[in-house]
Amino acid sequence: MDRNPQNSFQDMILALHDFWSAQGCLILQPYDMRMGAGTFHTATTLRALGPEPWNAAFVQPCRRPTDGRYGENPNRLQHYYQYQVILKPSPPDIQDLYLKSLEVIGIDPLKHDIRFVEDDWESPTLGAWGLGWEVWCDGMEVTQFTYFQQMGGFDCKPVAGELTYGLERLAMYIQGVDNVYDLNFNGGTSSSNEAVGRERLVSYGDVFLENEKQMSKWNFEVAETGALFDLFNKAEAECRNALANEVPIAAYEQAVEASHIFNLLQARGVISVQERASYMGRVRDLARGSCEAHMAKEAPVWAEKYPEWSK
Amino acid sequence: MSDFLLELRSEEIPARMQAGARAELEKLFRRELDAAGISAGEITVWSTPRRLALIARRLPEATEAVSEELKGPPVGAPDQALEGFCRKAGVEKADLEIREVKGRETYFAIKNVPGRATKDLLAEAIPAIVRDFSWPKSMRWGAASISTESLRWVRPLSGIVALLGDDVVDCEVHGVTSGAVTLGHRFHHSGDITIGNAEDYAMKLRAGHVIVDHEERQDLIRSGAAKVASEAALKLVEDEGLVVENAGLTEWPIPLLGRFEEDFLEVPPETIQLTARVNQKYFVCEDDKGELANAFICTANIEAEDGGARVVDGNRKVLAARLSDARFFWDVDRKKTLAQHAKGLERITFHEKLGTVADKVDRVAKLADWLVFDAKAPNGDHKLARQAAELSKADLVTEMVGEFPELQGLMGGYYAKAEGLPLEVSEAIRDHYKPVGASDEVPTAPTTVAVSLADKLDNLLSFFRIGILPTGSKDPFALRRAALGYLRLVQANGLKLELDQVVHAWASQRVAGLPEKLGEFLLDRLAVQLRDEGVRHDYIQASRSWQGRPDMRVDRVESRARALTAFLGAEDGANLLAGYKRAANILKKEDWHGSEGEIARTGEEDPLALVDDPDMKAVIQAKMNERHAKELSYTPEPAEKALMDALESSEPAATRAIDAEDFSGAMAALASLRAPIDRFFDEVTVNADEENKRAHRLDLLARFRAAVHQVADFSRIEG
Repeated sequence: MDRNPQNSFQDMILALHDFWSAQGCLILQPYDMRMGAGTFHTATTLRALGPEPWNAAFVQPCRRPTDGRYGENPNRLQHYYQYQVILKPSPPDIQDLYLKSLEVIGIDPLKHDIRFVEDDWESPTLGAWGLGWEVWCDGMEVTQFTYFQQMGGFDCKPVAGELTYGLERLAMYIQGVDNVYDLNFNGGTSSSNEAVGRERLVSYGDVFLENEKQMSKWNFEVAETGALFDLFNKAEAECRNALANEVPIAAYEQAVEASHIFNLLQARGVISVQERASYMGRVRDLARGSCEAHMAKEAPVWAEKYPEWSK
Repeated sequence: MSDFLLELRSEEIPARMQAGARAELEKLFRRELDAAGISAGEITVWSTPRRLALIARRLPEATEAVSEELKGPPVGAPDQALEGFCRKAGVEKADLEIREVKGRETYFAIKNVPGRATKDLLAEAIPAIVRDFSWPKSMRWGAASISTESLRWVRPLSGIVALLGDDVVDCEVHGVTSGAVTLGHRFHHSGDITIGNAEDYAMKLRAGHVIVDHEERQDLIRSGAAKVASEAALKLVEDEGLVVENAGLTEWPIPLLGRFEEDFLEVPPETIQLTARVNQKYFVCEDDKGELANAFICTANIEAEDGGARVVDGNRKVLAARLSDARFFWDVDRKKTLAQHAKGLERITFHEKLGTVADKVDRVAKLADWLVFDAKAPNGDHKLARQAAELSKADLVTEMVGEFPELQGLMGGYYAKAEGLPLEVSEAIRDHYKPVGASDEVPTAPTTVAVSLADKLDNLLSFFRIGILPTGSKDPFALRRAALGYLRLVQANGLKLELDQVVHAWASQRVAGLPEKLGEFLLDRLAVQLRDEGVRHDYIQASRSWQGRPDMRVDRVESRARALTAFLGAEDGANLLAGYKRAANILKKEDWHGSEGEIARTGEEDPLALVDDPDMKAVIQAKMNERHAKELSYTPEPAEKALMDALESSEPAATRAIDAEDFSGAMAALASLRAPIDRFFDEVTVNADEENKRAHRLDLLARFRAAVHQVADFSRIEG
């Protein structure tokens, strides 16, 4: 079946899947938890640790409660998609592969000005940092390109390359629309009520506008803050429980949960400036603790399989 | 003689690091040449986002052979000594030569170090350069990074071209092997480019759509941007920083002009310029009236088939989205008054030990009011000063400043103007952070001066009070900058502020030690500031006490130190200083504290240090007068009499001048002592046999020293 990435949001995703699948990547599914970025997916964080090769691509829905605009801003959403590619170790031709993936979805680098502009990445929450670029297409940031140097406070051995495409932005660019809600989601050609099947055009707004309105309201106005504080404390306690019982992946999930609850509390505006740093510190301790426990659990196996790794 | 070419290719090097990288490459290359004994001629260094290149002209083919002679033990020395020498020199005993040295037969070792081929030396130098290269931030990558020992580079190093003449200099660094092959423009050229030698390098790259000379790219951007602007009947707003940055982001720069919707011009032009510059690296343009035009210039890295229409359109959309944000902020922010915004400051912590920004604003407002109303520094309307200070930080909680922190102050000024506040108030809000840098203009409008001074003083006093002072290179709260700002405001506006009164007004009470701490910090900054003008640190030290206590007026210390600099720079001053030192030494040696004990021991090294004390001064003066009136029990020698007379007239003259804070005048009064003191030392024996003469003469020297100290503490002057 022909893909039409130039006029279909879903075909753009499928074209990326085809491309990265052909490069030997696992095509994974989104992590089934609320998270602020694809980097939180265990396929990125936990897999960035250790010596084993790992190549994967997946879409991750991201939630950033404070970015919600009740569906009224053409560029900002509290829920959107990132396309993540993680390649470990980073291959020598990673930049070329990336540029080819842009061509696959219809960006011709002789018509559009593609640039690699310095942008280093750091996540204090994850104890992680890397060097890389934001990739510009005609002045617009379309991808974050990072060579992970540390994760959870540990050196990445070997280094993984991470590509994070902002799917809505990219699609808006490729489809030439100025409002995210006008994106053609399915490549349909007719908005008429009579249109059926593949003909029937479904827009991004058809799928998500109401969602944005309601979730913005909930994030900013409705969410019961007492319950949120409670959830935060419970996630923190459960993370420690999991750590005590040596199930670091479960502990990590609770760290991700705590991180999102913290973001919701931020959106509700109930965390003061002073408290903010303290909450961030708590989330960081959970995330780092989980990474450390994961390392501790896996290190003996890794060291045995990859003697040069433990050096 | 051959030319050498080195190209280190890598994934995109951050623009801001390229100038440093060029310097680093040249430095390391010269280091390697020096170590190898190759004389370095002309060296050219270039950079693009994807490569660093170095060309060294006319390197010799080989280093010269060197013969080295080592003198050993004399013939007949013990075998052990001889063996030790051979071992050390690395020669066989049989190869030693015997020569006569001062009639003794002596062993010599002759070592011939053969010359080495430059090519071989470079093959060793290149890996050393790569390994030792220092980047502001570096990283590991690829399969080799399974070990943390793998090569670190700014981004992955992907290739090395090394050619001496037409020959490849073979070397390898962490799996990257040298060769003659490089790559051209990422999109305009496919396939390899084989470089012949240093001579054809730039040309072949140009054919591959790469202008390797960064200065040429800068020129292209500078002139190209000006050209597209003038074609649109506009004038480019020049921005050298943007020229360099865009040259660091491109290998084939093409400036392109685009337009944005005219409606956006209703937001303050600074916000447009800032978002265009910082977020998008675009130039902006002005119309013939010097007003910001609805145009931007982006620098593409490709020569697009359609002349760049798509590129411009894409960039226009991105800018439009950013400008809509700016307009949204501008609209939303103006729905509240600054006073309403200021309420939000209660939620922002200034510092964990110093309360909120709202608390800070209260202190600043009170102090600004006091500065104008009580201290009359500056002269103005204290109510306006208070109002401006109360609103000075309100813009920190606006959307616009949240997005563009650089616009703090400026936006507050715009919002104040928009809600119709008095011009003095809006200007004070706008400019109260000034002066920021050494070249920044210094406010002179009274309301602005008051708020600016109060803000800086509050920063200094607040942090000093909780014991936070800058240490070494660490000054997280920019207190040094605040101090310099204070000094420049005081200087530019001729203000005479007493720091102890300032502290009292600020804290509503006396805070022991705080005025002194502030004074000391300010004077240290003053010393740094005035160093370039030739005002020495010790001259400031000599000028920092007033009436026996640390001078609380920094302006007075400064004018005194300046007068002292002029005085000691001239002949009279230099000679007087010599006379002073001689007198002080004699007094110290004799442990002289006055014949009648009129000046009590204070426990200080210099018992006269406290003569400026007002109470003591009166006592001393009375005693002095009494004694001067006393008949001398002997006839003074002419030179002695001359010094007494000179002191008699210069002391009151100096005192009058000091009281009038006329330090040049005070020093001129001292200058009249120069000839008499010189003559006194030439003609008079201080340590006379008769005790009465000795006592009187020592007293006379003490009096001379006191007269000098009244003007400045010469004991602090070094050298």
